[in-house]
Amino acid sequence: MKPGHGEVLLAEGDVEVAEDELRLIEEFRSQLDAGLWAAVPQTDGGGRREAQMVKTFEQIPRDAERVIFFPRAAGGR
Amino acid sequence: MLLALLVAALVVVALLSEELIPRLAEQWERHKARRMHVPGIDYDPGRERRAEHKARQLLRSCVNEEEWSMYRDLGFIRVWGHESTGPANAGDTGGAAYAYLIYPHKAIIAYLAQTHRLLNEYCVMFPDESRPYGSARLPDSDDVLAKWMALTGDEQRLISTANMHLPGRQLDPARVKRDLWRLSQWERARMRDAARSAATRGGAGPSSGTTPRIDATG
Repeated sequence: MKPGHGEVLLAEGDVEVAEDELRLIEEFRSQLDAGLWAAVPQTDGGGRREAQMVKTFEQIPRDAERVIFFPRAAGGR
Repeated sequence: MLLALLVAALVVVALLSEELIPRLAEQWERHKARRMHVPGIDYDPGRERRAEHKARQLLRSCVNEEEWSMYRDLGFIRVWGHESTGPANAGDTGGAAYAYLIYPHKAIIAYLAQTHRLLNEYCVMFPDESRPYGSARLPDSDDVLAKWMALTGDEQRLISTANMHLPGRQLDPARVKRDLWRLSQWERARMRDAARSAATRGGAGPSSGTTPRIDATG
């Protein structure tokens, strides 16, 4: 998510392909290093939607379709 | 006499010039700097609209159908709270069900689901310090999605990050109460529609697999 831009595709690939996975890991780390939060939208067994916040690449479910990065929360006025 | 006055004037000008000339030069430089065109990215309403359009699509793809319809129809999303003692700094709610209302670029409101008693306002923002377009503000729907993800993903973390205030600081409690009433009316209407369509499906009989449809194609 970017101000004035909405959704921006950063990287895509298949985690089963080693080369793709390395690229995805690199992008994931660079986004977290830039201070962004990462979340994986999910659907539970009952059809309820929720997000899973992830801090490491290993926490991302292998079958996740996407990871969304967004600015870190801060206290507002 | 005239000559003496001229000489005196020249002396005065010479003495003042040491003070005046640097000041005049500085004023001139400031004037030039003020008029200089500074390259920058101007506010572009078209770009902002496109960003919001993309943000709405992303939000729709993440939340469920009910939440999306709620946002589309009412302008906010309700997220149920999961802390057993209620949200942080709201006092012990005794295990009563509570929820949050998420508005774009407004405080998150915590309330008791049964009585609609407002608990707290949680002021939180998601500033993008890189400011790629001269603004740190996410599109409205991205702001709602960020709050939704942070609340459903880690409620405690988001609430502890937010600045907590009593109800009424940012959002008029009367407006929030009205929104809660609108929400309950909206839910009733949805339940009525669901019951009606279920009855229609039931009435069509087991031999008929689909609801009859008439297309106005001329």
